[in-house]
Amino acid sequence: MNEGSGIRDYDLWLLAIIFGICGIGVLEIWSATHASHLAGMHVKQLWWIALGLGLMLLLSRLDYHSVLDKAPVLYLIGILALLAVLAVGHTRYGAKRWLPVMGEFLQVSEIAKLIIIVSLARFFAEVRTERLALTDLFKAAVLTAVPIGLILLQPDLGTAMVLVPVVAVGAYLAGIQWKHAAVMVLAAALMVPIGWHHLKPYQKERVTTFLRPEEDPKGSGYQILQSKIAVGSGGFWGKGLGHGSQNQLGFVPVRYSDFILAALAEELGFAGVFVTLVLYTALLLRLIQNAQHAKDRAGMFLVMGVAAILGFHVLVNVAMVIGFMPVTGIPLPLMSYGGSAMLFVFLALGLVMNVRLRRFVN
Amino acid sequence: MSLWFQNENRLPQMRLTVISYSIVGLMALLLLGFWKLQIVNSDLYAQLAERNRVRSIPIIAPRGAMLDRYGRVIVDNYPSFSVLLLRDDPQQVERLLPQIADGLNVSLEDIRQQLEAATALAHFQPIVIKPEATPGDRDFIESHRADIPVLEMLMVYRRRYPPGGFMAHVSGYVGEVSSEQIEESGGRYRPGDIVGKAGLERQYNDHLMGVDGMRRSVVNSVGREVGRLEQTDAVPGKPIRLTIDYDLQLVAEEALVGKKGAVVAIDPKNGEIVAMASQPSYDPNDFAVRITKEEWQNLNEDPERPLLDRAIQAQLAPGSVFKILMATAMLESKAVPADYHVFCPGSAEFYGRVFHDWDKKGHGDVDVHKAIVHSCDVFFYNLGKQLGIDRISFYAGNLGMGHKTGVDLPGEEPGVMPSEAWKERVFHQKWYPGETISVAIGQGAIAVTPIQLAYMIGGIITGGRFHQPHLLLSDTASPEIDFPISDATVDTVTEGMYGVVNEPGGTGSLSKLPGIELCGKTGSAQVISNQGLARAGKQAALRDNAWFVGFAPRQHPEIIVSVLVQGGEHGASAAAPIAKNVVKAYYDKKQGKVAPQELTTQAVPPGVPPSFAAQAARVNKQEAVPEEGVPTNPDTVPTKPQPVSATPQPTPPATLNP
Repeated sequence: MNEGSGIRDYDLWLLAIIFGICGIGVLEIWSATHASHLAGMHVKQLWWIALGLGLMLLLSRLDYHSVLDKAPVLYLIGILALLAVLAVGHTRYGAKRWLPVMGEFLQVSEIAKLIIIVSLARFFAEVRTERLALTDLFKAAVLTAVPIGLILLQPDLGTAMVLVPVVAVGAYLAGIQWKHAAVMVLAAALMVPIGWHHLKPYQKERVTTFLRPEEDPKGSGYQILQSKIAVGSGGFWGKGLGHGSQNQLGFVPVRYSDFILAALAEELGFAGVFVTLVLYTALLLRLIQNAQHAKDRAGMFLVMGVAAILGFHVLVNVAMVIGFMPVTGIPLPLMSYGGSAMLFVFLALGLVMNVRLRRFVN
Repeated sequence: MSLWFQNENRLPQMRLTVISYSIVGLMALLLLGFWKLQIVNSDLYAQLAERNRVRSIPIIAPRGAMLDRYGRVIVDNYPSFSVLLLRDDPQQVERLLPQIADGLNVSLEDIRQQLEAATALAHFQPIVIKPEATPGDRDFIESHRADIPVLEMLMVYRRRYPPGGFMAHVSGYVGEVSSEQIEESGGRYRPGDIVGKAGLERQYNDHLMGVDGMRRSVVNSVGREVGRLEQTDAVPGKPIRLTIDYDLQLVAEEALVGKKGAVVAIDPKNGEIVAMASQPSYDPNDFAVRITKEEWQNLNEDPERPLLDRAIQAQLAPGSVFKILMATAMLESKAVPADYHVFCPGSAEFYGRVFHDWDKKGHGDVDVHKAIVHSCDVFFYNLGKQLGIDRISFYAGNLGMGHKTGVDLPGEEPGVMPSEAWKERVFHQKWYPGETISVAIGQGAIAVTPIQLAYMIGGIITGGRFHQPHLLLSDTASPEIDFPISDATVDTVTEGMYGVVNEPGGTGSLSKLPGIELCGKTGSAQVISNQGLARAGKQAALRDNAWFVGFAPRQHPEIIVSVLVQGGEHGASAAAPIAKNVVKAYYDKKQGKVAPQELTTQAVPPGVPPSFAAQAARVNKQEAVPEEGVPTNPDTVPTKPQPVSATPQPTPPATLNP
């Protein structure tokens, strides 16, 4: 093993892309909050990034095989943590999502995401058939469904949804059979009306608003409308950092977090959006490239689990900002303000680095 | 180390590549979405963003004042506050409505109705939910700025008219512009604008109405003002100077209190209307805020018809006053000799019907002078028969009958002058010669307005120079229609009218004014025929209308007064004294016997006579406490729009051509 791997063995391109995205994010958080009572948020974000980088480097030193080795234990710990949140968690905004850890509130589901990535990587790596058998598919589905169910109880529809692409991409790479895939999609489609009954009123409202925004232009469609106004009014070059009226006057909802891209689109225009989306595309393609060069299937599944979850975050968030998707509360990785989310992304990237450092078969 | 990862399979490179392409594809799709918003529809969203951040609050321009001919203010404005509701956030508004309704003492229902009525307006435009804010309302808004941020105070100017309906039909009133008016204005009026609805307010609206300004400020997403943009100052409306002499107006108004009728006093030399009153009246101050539907309906359906400007809209038979036109037609047409005379036994038979004289004893031998002085009916019956309807109609028409005088007020009526052609056109019937006999004494289908009588007789006694009556004082002469009348005719008519007042046995001799050459003609016109009256019983509404048209002096007349008292029965007793009072007031002033009333910028005249003040107190529900409505310390209302000018400048006379 390359225990003493040097700085050059890290994916420097990936690091550059991450820094680029984080930089834009910090800049926009500064712009969105500097004139408000939230001023100074960008500094906090910088600390989270620094902490995340540290954790990433730390995690990359650990052989991912030993992590995968402990997957069953980690899975159990994850489930217990999710149960703990439901039992004694801290309630904010009407949902139990936070556990107090060292003075900060940790969003447990972020850790759960990591554990699911690891667990599914382990599971799919063990499937050695060219084609994914129905029983294995079923097992993978159950493995994912349990934490999804617990997260839904918090309730946190967004995070729960984020886990679906991990198992979907895993199954696809593990050689899912088309007919099984078709049945799964159909089953999911049938689940929709049943699931609808269990949605909270605010969630239903978000979906109906998305489907028919004109019926309620000032209600919950307000957020999407304001986001679109921010984006559209930005034009090609934008209004300039700190000069977006939608952003500065608070018309863009949670402009430093979920809707940070709307704030950016207003102030930096299509040009800024273009650069940002190119960076995200590069990030995802770089992850896939790392997966392609992984030493083994376990490494590939690990990297692709991370790619799936980050890709889903990015696509859903960006689509929401321009009104292609309902408001889901899924942040934009590496840009949106938020400690737990930031730490999760860096830990996940730590796993990727880990796989890369060990890509050469010894 | 476990064995689970030892057995290596090759990686599914193909599927990884598919995922890569999918990501690039989806990203491209999202970029396309941004392209559409930021490049294709950029202008639309830029507009929406601007609309979000900018709030426009109007700065109301004060209307121009109305001054009398000596610059005394009759109608002006007082500053007041309206409560604005900012509707940028409907959910917030909806949530706060009960609190607002409670705090402002308005019904929730009322606010909701107004909100509904305003749904067509852009939501960033605030609406007025309470036009007249009390000091309590202002305190409420100030103390709840933080928790009820959707209320704002708008400084407005309210019209202040003299109380009690004084000169109401001349001044008219203002009101919120109607949707039809907005359409007709071609974009000059906007919803909520206050425009003249009647009288001079309407006639000279363009001149009186200012241009509202606009204060634009930047607001954040919770509606708090965070900055100011440009401010367009309001352009105040220009004042108009009227031909009205307040002192004479006061006399005219006072004389009519409790009666039903009109007084019009004109300077026959130039057509300037120095006094014009109509009763019963209404209080235009009631319209200045916001008249309720019921109040409007009551005014409209009042059987006394207070909204009718009787001076220009009451079309009634002139009665004996018409004899002046008959005499003029006789002398000018020369159809009968100037010394034409008739014996009056008290009645005469024409076409198989007996026509009575008002004096059953008869007037004996009557020439044209005596016929005017005694108002002998029989003389004019005969004259009418001699002249024939078409000749009468020709002269009457040329002397102004059946035509509007062109006074600068909306809604003037033309009256009716019958003729054979007229009857054929309107009724498709043949003219009966007997009708001519009735017309000859100003009865029958003939109808005039008070202003028309003043105009016509004023024209006759000035030798046929008919000056268009007008209310706007102007340096340029008003249009004039000339129908030359010979000096001999003018003399005969004038002497006759002088005799009416000053000769023994003259019908108006009760109104003789010592030292003043008051001339005039009385009239008592039947509303319906005597037979009809007998059938209907003697009700007030069917009593004869009393007329009097008088002028002074005999030579080169300076003032002509036309008086109508509906149901006054006798021109001599009901109408002539009113004309006499107006003419007396004119001379008293001219000879310096009475000092003119001092009027300050207050619209409430300090010298309101007791009778009128009592009427005012009864009619005028709104307390005239304008000073109390203005906060002296501007700090108490920090965000109120600044007034453009404290008081309109009454000094510059209007030089506007009517």
